[in-house]
Amino acid sequence: MYLNNKMLFSIHILADEEFDELCFEFGLELDEITSEKEILIREQGGEKAEGASDVVLYKIDVPANRYDLLCLEGLVRGLQVFKEKLEAPRYKRVSPADGGEPQRLVITEETASVRPHAVAAVLRNITFTQERYESFIELQEKLHQNICRKRTLVAIGTHDLDTISGPFTYTAKPPGEIRFKPLSQSREYTAAELMSLYKTDSHLRHYLHIIENEPLYPIIYDSNGIVLSMPPIINGDHSKISLNTKNIFIECTATDLTKAKITLDMVVTMFSVYCDEPFTVEEAEVVYPDGRLSVYPELAYRTETLSGDFINKRVGINESAESIAQLLTRMCLRSEVSGEGDLIQVEIPPTRADVIHACDIMEDAAIAYGFNNIVRSTPRTYTVANQLPVNKLTELLRQDLTAAGFTEALTFALCSEEDIADKLRKNITETRAVHISNPKTADFQVARTSLLPGLLKTIAANRKMPLPLKLFEISDVVLKDETKDVGARNNRRLCAVYYNKSPGFEVIHGLLDRVMQLLDVKPGRNQGYHIQASYLKIYFNDSTFFPGRCAEIFSCGKSIGHLGVLHPDVISRFELTMPCSAIDIDIEPFL
Amino acid sequence: MADTGLLEALLRLLEKVDGGIDSQDVAADLGVDHQLIVGAVKSLQALGEVISAEQKSSKRWELTGEGREIAEQGSHEARVFNAIPDEGLPQNELMKMPSGKVGFSKAMSNKWIRLDKAHEGGPRVFKTVETIEDTVRDKLQLVQKGLSAKLEDKEKNELKKRKLLSEVTVKSYWITKGSSFSTTITKQETELTPEMIASGSWKEKKFKPYNFEAMGVAADCGHLHPLMKVRTQFRQIFLEMGFTEMPTNNFIESSFWNFDSLFQPQQHPARDQHDTFFISDPALAHEFPQDYLERVKQVHSEGGYGSQGYKYDWKIEEAQKNLLRTHTTAVSARMLYKLAQQVNTHTHRLMLVSPLFSSDLTLLCGIIFQEKFTPVKYFSIDRVFRNETLDATHLAEFHQIEGVVADYGLTLGNLMGILHQFFTKLGITKLRFKPAYNPYTEPSMEVFSYHEGLKKWVEVGNSGVFRPEMLLPMGLPEGVSVIAWGLSLERPTMIKYGINNIRELVGHKVNLQMVYDSPICRLDS
Repeated sequence: MYLNNKMLFSIHILADEEFDELCFEFGLELDEITSEKEILIREQGGEKAEGASDVVLYKIDVPANRYDLLCLEGLVRGLQVFKEKLEAPRYKRVSPADGGEPQRLVITEETASVRPHAVAAVLRNITFTQERYESFIELQEKLHQNICRKRTLVAIGTHDLDTISGPFTYTAKPPGEIRFKPLSQSREYTAAELMSLYKTDSHLRHYLHIIENEPLYPIIYDSNGIVLSMPPIINGDHSKISLNTKNIFIECTATDLTKAKITLDMVVTMFSVYCDEPFTVEEAEVVYPDGRLSVYPELAYRTETLSGDFINKRVGINESAESIAQLLTRMCLRSEVSGEGDLIQVEIPPTRADVIHACDIMEDAAIAYGFNNIVRSTPRTYTVANQLPVNKLTELLRQDLTAAGFTEALTFALCSEEDIADKLRKNITETRAVHISNPKTADFQVARTSLLPGLLKTIAANRKMPLPLKLFEISDVVLKDETKDVGARNNRRLCAVYYNKSPGFEVIHGLLDRVMQLLDVKPGRNQGYHIQASYLKIYFNDSTFFPGRCAEIFSCGKSIGHLGVLHPDVISRFELTMPCSAIDIDIEPFL
Repeated sequence: MADTGLLEALLRLLEKVDGGIDSQDVAADLGVDHQLIVGAVKSLQALGEVISAEQKSSKRWELTGEGREIAEQGSHEARVFNAIPDEGLPQNELMKMPSGKVGFSKAMSNKWIRLDKAHEGGPRVFKTVETIEDTVRDKLQLVQKGLSAKLEDKEKNELKKRKLLSEVTVKSYWITKGSSFSTTITKQETELTPEMIASGSWKEKKFKPYNFEAMGVAADCGHLHPLMKVRTQFRQIFLEMGFTEMPTNNFIESSFWNFDSLFQPQQHPARDQHDTFFISDPALAHEFPQDYLERVKQVHSEGGYGSQGYKYDWKIEEAQKNLLRTHTTAVSARMLYKLAQQVNTHTHRLMLVSPLFSSDLTLLCGIIFQEKFTPVKYFSIDRVFRNETLDATHLAEFHQIEGVVADYGLTLGNLMGILHQFFTKLGITKLRFKPAYNPYTEPSMEVFSYHEGLKKWVEVGNSGVFRPEMLLPMGLPEGVSVIAWGLSLERPTMIKYGINNIRELVGHKVNLQMVYDSPICRLDS
């Protein structure tokens, strides 16, 4: 969002540095200082930028939970209150003037299966300018992207109330029975036609999936059968708002009622400032299929009571209750000391839906106090450190493997199915691999079940390096395991490869001997370690290793892995040309 | 080594002169090829300070092939003259001589011979003088003897034009006596041998000096990966600060522990397919602490523990979904839950054995909670996964560094204090904190440090105080605060080792030379 100098002036800030500081202190991100012209030059090239404005613009990013700062109106209001240049306004829900009936939105039961909730409100006698109008549209778009979760949870429709007449009906119908002229189109379409029309629309196509496969589509009519909107896709052309619109009917349909209420509160609190009677919002009634009637917008103010001591102790400051009340008031949380001890009454306005717990209030007090004014102190927590045994062993072994002449590689935990199966001459079903459901590329199909593919790929990328190449990695692979709560577990492995003009089995065998020496396991059949030919693998001909050149490694009678000369097919599938021997063992038995 | 005789001959020549001698002159004096002298000079230099030699280059006149022929056999014109008998020679015969054509015209212009065109039997050549002086040959012979200085430049240029002489650049040495000059050669030894040590002969020997300018032989050893070296240092820092390592060896996590237990709502964008890798096999986690799960469900959907909650329909199906953990905080949650269970088990046990105290039980439990809860400091450094768009600084997996402290009465000031200590150990002392948003911490702070090179504040980590909605359902006592911070391992490593593209640091495409060459890691220097 872009702020200009005029807005900065309204918060009494003149220098860029001062504004930068304010943003930091308040938790905003001042992305860059630019101008309309610069933006155009960057995005569309110099020619388009000719004649564009040079006025300085400040690009701001706001935290994801502060919906009240999403539009210029709210951001400037928030900063004005923070700088104590303005008192936070009080938002009021009012009945229609002259004792008229409130607007009414009736929900039918057909909506239950697709989008069951709706809320509504009216902004009366609003005055738009080009700037305000654009900001109004932009806020809806931002809310749609943000709290409305790309319109899945909530969709906002705003209408020129003077072109339609209530009561309004929110219902759901088969797509073939819905027919209207949508925004920016010149003729009527059925809902089914619209869905195919918008398939190619760069903006709307992202929302089609929300209702596309539903038997009934949500739709809102006025009392004359005019379509207001087909949420969450598009509004009708008939009721569209313009710069001249005076009275706005706002409806939010939703799958999440809480979010719908917040969204509606946001739209009306931000833009009621432009009504003849600022910060007032005309109520609307919503009638549920079961006959219940609710009045919206809620615009609820909630009061929380907490002690100054609580704030002081959590933040680590020592302020009086009065001073804390003042800090909170600067954060749009109007507060006063209640008179009983150091208790503070904090009023949470409808704009601050992010405040759901005392800790949120505490944070606001800390922000207003200034994070960087808080005295930094060391906690006196006394603890004795412990290493995780498997990591301790890993650290020790890594050191000694490099001392043995092997270089440490660092490869990815995710890879393709091919890497752990076909390329290793294995069947994917036997790998016990964990599969990823939504990989963007083949590189992230599975979690690795062996460190070997990563090491071989490292060699392939380093074929120009002098031979021999001696690499190792001690890291985790992931295996399916029914005994775990998530059905999978990590397994810490040691893998090493030797790549040279001759296979060097004796080198890899020597490395095994050295590792066992380091682990204090002596050679021997029972209490020690030994290797023996792996007949099973030869028999099934699925081995990663060259027939007759593969041995299984046993330690204290338990199989812990394999070593051997790689099968020529494995070598060439990893785009290598030289013989290669490898060892792959589980180090967890040595913990 | 060049032949000792030649070396000694050179040294004897050098002994006789004051100052120095040119290697070209040595060659001329000794009558050997200059290249041999160059070899001798190099051999003598290798002996130490016997001589010193300075390379120089000079221009020198040299005979061409034709010039050498003339110096030997006389000029073409002289050869023509000498071939003519007194009675003359027919011109066509003379022209058949090898020197005929050139010699004839030169001898004519020297007026040594004349041509009688009208002679019967064809044109005939006769001598016009008795004797001649072959100056061309004389001049060339002078040059051949190294006495070109006796000729005038004009003469030399004329011979050059006739392609008899050429001017060449000669590299030579200016040789002078060295500090340990002697005319006899002692052979230098290259290396000390066991025999020399045994016999003591090393005392008499001279040893060839080493060339200290050359690089040594590369050490025959393995190398640790730079990212892992930095990981080791971070582990060390945490251990120095009394932090215990968490068991993060579980890449597969349920949405429950990764998100729900952290009070991250089920509609949060981080739980999108676009941001997180979900697992198709095994797709669902099947085991949860049931009563805790109920409390989590309640705090999300209805609130409680002083919270309004998010007020939405919390679904177990969403919590069951397995994924590749997006942060190690999932493990922190498991550890804090475990910590809370220790507190609760103790209290239950107490209730079982002490039914008599029932009237004071509430009070007593309070005390016991306080007494039994053990403060902890935890850390982890391990892989996390994000289904993000990849670029020069983002990969689908990276290492997260995380620190967690749980104790009674921890303040935001404590968090800043401990961050200050932590970053001081990284050599970063100028810190400031910016309010930020994170679903499971409140307050949340981004940590910035002042970068002297960039002259600006850069983000170095994230931190915060875990929300009560996360801690209280676990069963942790109310007064316990948990502060935590995190950063990536890759970013400080890239800065430390000056790497701009993360693919040059992590994964199979790294250049092993980079691994071989990377220095040890000391984060505070």
